[in-house]
Amino acid sequence: MTMPVNQYLMKLHEVHRPLEDYQGGVPRWCSGCGDNAILTAVQRLCRDEDLAPERTVFVSGIGCSSRFPHYMKTYGFHGIHGRAFPIAQGVKMARPDLAVFVNTGDGDCCSIGAAHWIHAIRYNMNLTAILHDNQVYGLTKKQASPTSPIGTKSNTTPRGSYLEALNPLTVTLGVTNVSFVAQAVDWMPEVLYDIIRAAYLHRGFSFVRILQRCPEWLPKMFEPWLQDPGRTLLLTHRNGLAVSPELARTYRNQIEHDPLDLDRAREIASATDPIPVGILYHNPSVPCYEDIRHAGQMRTAEQIRAGLEGEFDKVTVWPQDDAATRAPA
Amino acid sequence: MSETVTPARAAKGGTQPSALPAAREAQVLDEHIVEVISDSGEGAQRCGQSLGAIAARTGNGIWTTEIIPAEIQPPARSVAGASGIRIRIGSKRVTNGGDETDLVVAFNEQVLIGRVKAGELKPDAQILLEGMWREHRDPKVVASYVETVESLKAAGYRVYECAFEKECRALVSDPRKGKNMFVLGVLCSVYSFDRKLGREQVALTFGKKESKIVEVNQGLFDAGYAWAERELDFRFRIPAVRSTEAQIVVNGNTALALGVLASGMDICAMYPITPATSASHYLSDVFEKVGGLVHQAEDEIAACAFAIGASYAGKCAVTITSGPGYSLKQEGIGLAVMAEIPLVVVNVQRGGPSTGQPTKVEQGDLLTAIYGSHGDAPKVVMAVSDIEDCFYAMITARKIAEAFNTVVVVLSDASLATAQQPFPRPVFDPEWLAPPVDQTPVPKGAKPYDWDPVTGIARRFLPGQPGGMHTVTGLAHDRASKVAYDPEINEEGLRHRSLKLAALQKTLKTPPVFGDPEGDLLVVGWGSTKGVIEEAVGRLRDEGLRVSSLHLRFIQPLPSGIGEILRRFGRVMTVEGNWADRQDDELVDADNRRYSALAMMLRSRYLVDVDCWSQSRGQPIKPSAVVEVLRAKLSGK
Repeated sequence: MTMPVNQYLMKLHEVHRPLEDYQGGVPRWCSGCGDNAILTAVQRLCRDEDLAPERTVFVSGIGCSSRFPHYMKTYGFHGIHGRAFPIAQGVKMARPDLAVFVNTGDGDCCSIGAAHWIHAIRYNMNLTAILHDNQVYGLTKKQASPTSPIGTKSNTTPRGSYLEALNPLTVTLGVTNVSFVAQAVDWMPEVLYDIIRAAYLHRGFSFVRILQRCPEWLPKMFEPWLQDPGRTLLLTHRNGLAVSPELARTYRNQIEHDPLDLDRAREIASATDPIPVGILYHNPSVPCYEDIRHAGQMRTAEQIRAGLEGEFDKVTVWPQDDAATRAPA
Repeated sequence: MSETVTPARAAKGGTQPSALPAAREAQVLDEHIVEVISDSGEGAQRCGQSLGAIAARTGNGIWTTEIIPAEIQPPARSVAGASGIRIRIGSKRVTNGGDETDLVVAFNEQVLIGRVKAGELKPDAQILLEGMWREHRDPKVVASYVETVESLKAAGYRVYECAFEKECRALVSDPRKGKNMFVLGVLCSVYSFDRKLGREQVALTFGKKESKIVEVNQGLFDAGYAWAERELDFRFRIPAVRSTEAQIVVNGNTALALGVLASGMDICAMYPITPATSASHYLSDVFEKVGGLVHQAEDEIAACAFAIGASYAGKCAVTITSGPGYSLKQEGIGLAVMAEIPLVVVNVQRGGPSTGQPTKVEQGDLLTAIYGSHGDAPKVVMAVSDIEDCFYAMITARKIAEAFNTVVVVLSDASLATAQQPFPRPVFDPEWLAPPVDQTPVPKGAKPYDWDPVTGIARRFLPGQPGGMHTVTGLAHDRASKVAYDPEINEEGLRHRSLKLAALQKTLKTPPVFGDPEGDLLVVGWGSTKGVIEEAVGRLRDEGLRVSSLHLRFIQPLPSGIGEILRRFGRVMTVEGNWADRQDDELVDADNRRYSALAMMLRSRYLVDVDCWSQSRGQPIKPSAVVEVLRAKLSGK
């Protein structure tokens, strides 16, 4: 591939970091855990997009998924249960120059942090949110989560869970200001990478739900989908996901879906079998809250002084002699 | 009061204009308390604030207290709907709302009833009461009015029935909206304030509006002034000392917001809650002009988390709330303590527990501020004691939070929130401001929690600093911020986080004793009761009693030297606006008595038998009540 000279010169100045520069230690997830696939995809993304590790922050809540920042060699904030979104929003608002990711699980996001999730969509801050959805509480040792399919046997539902699973895709697509929604599965690394990359490149709140295997507590949960590629519906589009010929040979169940079509996205999202995989919705024109609020302005001492003096002037009682001359008319 | 009062012409004549001006020799007073009460929306507060400003510009000391109904549009002419303001005007500096009211202006008799029942009026208080209700077309209203007036008179109050509404109708089509400025004119005359100054104040009050509105209101003011000159037979003068320096007149919440601005903090995250929200209202209006930002989060938890995120990545941020919101923030506060992220949390206390009394004052959150959040979560707790303190405390809190990478809780309360007291106009100091966000590379080998063995302080690494990459966590962690379950490392973290309080404590000055350094009784207080306690102690000291007081600004950690002070007095007690078991309750004894918060703190720390007296009536404590308590204590009860 040829490249103009000026572009080539610019490329010379770019620092290319190896994958190891993003690897922050050996993950302590169980072997076979889907989180490992997500970690690999994200580390690849950081390398390929050449993200400066010191200007990249991974924010998480609590749970297996939320250990994620510890395994990155960037800045990280392992927060408290359910509150990853508002923490990440604070980070982004104070420092819009940073690339900010959020790692959250189905308990963290869809249960204890559900209020923040709804509002995170509405704020539409430029964050890449990854929902590690294994449909079970892992770190607390197997309790049903809001996304567990009805009938899931767990320690708190020994005779099967009672309620229909909450669908994170339809919820997200129903909220005002939604701008990017995608679904990936941990066992299709190529598609997972492409989707996370598209999410990162989207300017706004990118919500990626990743169906993720939990070999420890629900080892057979996704077995039918792994066995039968026909139960996966690949969403392709020139503005969305492009599927490689190799993958297309296995996953033949495909439809063309325009990610700007919100109504159709909601329809697709409602289906749980086959599982839709791809970019359901992508609207780059939704304004970001940090832009609306003019985040990241430089403030000088002089500005603050002038602002304060202006406010003091409004409420100052001058000594009476001066009142006539100094009090504002 | 000792003057003899001849009934005003207004009282006798009702709504009839008088023929001759009454002789009005001004009675000279040290101080006077006046309140204006009305239905919600009749502008009593604006009237009172303007009167306060006129008094302040004259050189009088003032303290204004707002009377706020819990509902936005309570029914008209209802006891619970009383909305208004109380101004204590003194010839010297005024430090609190004082005792009962001397003079009331009431726009209807119903709003008066609650004030009377609550014991807020002096037994012989003068009442200027809107008299139009006597001629109301609804006989029930007339009956209620007549009955109330008669019973007030029978109880010894001096009631003047006044034709405010009728007088105003000659000038404006809707007297309900203009009566407040008419009354301002009346009170300007009653207190012998300069009429020209009063007119100027009306112009300032309506400064933002078009000139026609200013003119109409000045007309109402003039009419009120002339009416009082004509109709009232009494007049007061409270000698004033002209201030030689510029002062600002704001309430506590505005002072807090100005303090946030002056501290150089960039971000305030909040969720609406009474009585804290007005601080954020004001900040929302002014902060953005200088590049700051108020984020109204989806809930209190999010507001706290947002502030923590902002602090983590940049300058220290602040979250402002009241009791229930504070409870919700507790987990976040623990996270900031554990991860050592600076954070300022303001709690404008209200009545509790639970929803409690949202618009009323209480000092009920001290222990939750100190001990709240699970586990050992050492944090700094400061309490503001007057309006000026509200401003400077924010600057101090930000500095401490950033110097020690910890949480600083600033306790204010509902009475300071809306009280106004002039204080010297602050002179801007660039030292107040937070330093810019450090983006320099981190030295090789430096660790994010490189705790100093003496002070426990570690240098914080901020995102953007090359070489400083690490993950902060609420889990127990080592110096490299790596999750650690090792017993040694767990204690190392606990020890260093705790040491920071000891390090701060070493820098705090012993608070000054008000009165003699030793004596029979020491009263210890914290927060908004400072002026009240010192006034009560002052009155008793004037009688020759050996009583002093001590007021604490830092409660966690407590400064050095307090134990020595306590031991120099025969008895020690706290006066607080929270709950303590009453000793005359049958089941309460020395083994189970629950003490007021500060008393409990002092007893446990200094092993001194500290007693306590408290009130949780939702009203500011009155100096006369404290005088009685201290007198009883001194006499050995």
